[in-house]
Amino acid sequence: MPSVIAVKNLKKAFGAFKAVDGISFTVQKAECFGLLGPNGAGKTSTIRMLYGYSPISDGELYLFDQRIRSEWRAVKNRIGICQQEDNLDPDLSVRDNLLTYARYFNLTAADARATTDRLLDFFALDNRAKTTIRELSGGMKRRLVLARSLINNPDLLILDEPTTGLDPQSRHQVWERLEELKNGGLTILLTTHYMEEAARLCDRLVIMNQGRILVEGQPQELIRQYVGREIIEIAPFDPELLTCLQNRGLYFETFGQRLVIHNQADVGLFAALSEVFGGRRCTLRPATLEDVFLHLTGRELRE
Amino acid sequence: MMRNFSISVRWMRVWQRNFSVYRHTWKISFLPPLLEPLFYLAAFGIGLSSLVSNFSYRGQEIAYLPFIAPALLAITIMYNAFFETSYASFVRMYYQKTFDAMLATPLTLEEVITGEIAWAATKSAIAAVLMQIVISLCGLIHYPEGLFILPLAALGGLAFAAIGMVFTGLVPNIETFNLPIFLFITPMFLFSGTFFPLQNLPTWAQWLAQIFPLTHLTILVRACALGRLELPLLGSLAYLVVFFLITYPLALRGMRKRLIK
Repeated sequence: MPSVIAVKNLKKAFGAFKAVDGISFTVQKAECFGLLGPNGAGKTSTIRMLYGYSPISDGELYLFDQRIRSEWRAVKNRIGICQQEDNLDPDLSVRDNLLTYARYFNLTAADARATTDRLLDFFALDNRAKTTIRELSGGMKRRLVLARSLINNPDLLILDEPTTGLDPQSRHQVWERLEELKNGGLTILLTTHYMEEAARLCDRLVIMNQGRILVEGQPQELIRQYVGREIIEIAPFDPELLTCLQNRGLYFETFGQRLVIHNQADVGLFAALSEVFGGRRCTLRPATLEDVFLHLTGRELRE
Repeated sequence: MMRNFSISVRWMRVWQRNFSVYRHTWKISFLPPLLEPLFYLAAFGIGLSSLVSNFSYRGQEIAYLPFIAPALLAITIMYNAFFETSYASFVRMYYQKTFDAMLATPLTLEEVITGEIAWAATKSAIAAVLMQIVISLCGLIHYPEGLFILPLAALGGLAFAAIGMVFTGLVPNIETFNLPIFLFITPMFLFSGTFFPLQNLPTWAQWLAQIFPLTHLTILVRACALGRLELPLLGSLAYLVVFFLITYPLALRGMRKRLIK
């Protein structure tokens, strides 16, 4: 099967700093693929090379089996990009934002109008068509950026942190729309800091750190493989607990006052610990992608 | 990728974007070129003319008002083009991220910048036409030679738009535009043979003024307005063309260096 994105040993250097240090992955048609990683992991640098904004330092990049180094104009006609910053055109109305953007893709006036109306409707912005950008809420702005990225009816949608800064209602609304698009067969590449978002939308994902890919897989598979079935958190914890856990051969991490146990199989563990250390200090919850992320990339701040 | 110079007629789309915005605000944009000449002509015509007697310009006697009226046109061309690609383009690039959004489409940076420069030239040509109508109504422009002012406005607009964009590629922040305005635009405004003939300056200053593109634009517009088209004007025309042919690639290179990382 031909791939939509094929990245081969891709590198991006800014002077001596290696922002992207030899990554490879492929994305298949109709797949939602996640690019995860802390700040500075190289996600945005990768995306910028993908859509031909940044020159590639080394390696190869194919979109729709076309080499982006030489076929960038044809490739860019087929992708939609939702950039991280809000860069809607404040000099234009909601509707004119879409119509103007359509012209950048050389859409005919009739096509542009039809697509604009369809997208305004799809993103529930049809009653805001004449509003200026400044009057829109954060959620509406994001939906308009998304609508704009679909104006050329793309075969690949690239989303760079599409829900950062949104309230939960807006975020869920964006997710629903993205799921609809995905079910419609659209290929999506997503970067995000929200593990819940990645777990919900992505079929497959990679976790990056310092310009390299640490792991690749399906979200549930990664959780099973790297964390286990459930998490037991104890806070505050007693030092004697550590020896107890070590003796049992259990994996745990500590940070500050908090102890996190990755529990793979021991069904009675939570009950046993609650009895010994007090039920109020112990919490049992299912393992999530966030646990995998923190386990692999560490807990220190990235600033 | 895209390191090579890559430009197609798609730059028209960027021009169109700016034109759409202009159409929404035309009522405000139309006012300065219509009112400004009236202010200037009133101030100089009523206030200053009585102090200035007729003098000799290019071997012919001329009154003060017909002398400065074409200079006002040349100055308007300069200001409209330069301010569009300096302050206005900087705002679109830096604060509004409009260029970033454009670069996520099949547009190239060269096309974005070319569209901006072409728009600035268009805007200054529109302003020049409006102003020319007012000045013509005062009987200060000779026709049909005066019709050549429109293509001159387009050429002058391109030249000043390109140099404005060169500065946009260089300035670290929007306040820094004060520097080229103070050191380049204002001296040009005053010493390009606009408000007094260059021959009143010391010889060295007359030579220095030949570097200013506004000197040449003023000579050309004034010749058209006075209906005195002569062969030596081709030198000034060539200067403006060469000035644009040098500053335009410089602007493209500077903006690429600034934006593409």
